Amino acid sequence: MKLFATYLVGVVFGLGISLSGMANPAKVLNFFDIAGTWDPSLIFVMGGALITTFVGYKLVFGRSAPVFEPDFNVPSSRRIDTRLIGGSALFGLGWGIAGFCPGGALPALGTGRPEVFVFVAALIAGIALAKFLQSVVAPRLRAAS
Amino acid sequence: MIETAFTPLASLAGGVLIGLSATLLMLLLGRVMGATGVVSGLMSPASRPDFAWRAALLAGMVTGPGLLWLLSGDMPAIEVPVSTGALIVGGLIVGIGVTFGSGCTSGHGVCGMARLSPRSIAATLTFMVVTLITVFVIRHVIGT
Repeated sequence: MKLFATYLVGVVFGLGISLSGMANPAKVLNFFDIAGTWDPSLIFVMGGALITTFVGYKLVFGRSAPVFEPDFNVPSSRRIDTRLIGGSALFGLGWGIAGFCPGGALPALGTGRPEVFVFVAALIAGIALAKFLQSVVAPRLRAAS
Repeated sequence: MIETAFTPLASLAGGVLIGLSATLLMLLLGRVMGATGVVSGLMSPASRPDFAWRAALLAGMVTGPGLLWLLSGDMPAIEVPVSTGALIVGGLIVGIGVTFGSGCTSGHGVCGMARLSPRSIAATLTFMVVTLITVFVIRHVIGT
């Protein structure tokens, strides 16, 4: 029941991404190309998603707990550090180069298009490399210094 | 470069569905809807249930385009105006960036911003500005 409900939540997300244009790199890149072939559609995606989530979260956080879990599991850190800003800047660089972001690409796998699989494979490799750097290389550097 | 049509209604409806799914995931599991967290958590799950809900969520996401096709008769348009090399290099950089930055457009840009998290607001402003600059440099300075 819990897993089926979670599956349906994924379906709603995937349908939303598919309808919105976020799965289409040409549309995403055109949103950022204000000086060229500008397509402002993605403002409506972000706006619609943000307002809905803002109101939805207000309602949900009125409850003492989620339906299937004992507690809400929400990130609580408030630290704005180099890792957050540097990582986000890198993400922006990669997004501008490829035109896919993770949330757009995962549902797009369902179209079976080979370009999406190429991007997602590279994404997974990048995440694996970063995890390796975080868990293996960083502690050794700290130990050596 | 490929021209794309301005689609305010479809994009707004898609955005509302994205927001609805983020709300439902918080209501049901108390979790943030972040694509980075889904992939990252599947690669190194903390436990079997931890793997299972993410796999179920991903399976649902992948169903989305097919459902759109059933409802409208069209698969979502995917036009790729960049080379395969750019997809690989961009994908690698995105993977490294979202891991160090702890999130992407869905986790920070939608869920974190909706909670007014200062971290997510800073992250979202950063990647939006850097993406804007990157696209400008690639298209209008380097000129490919």
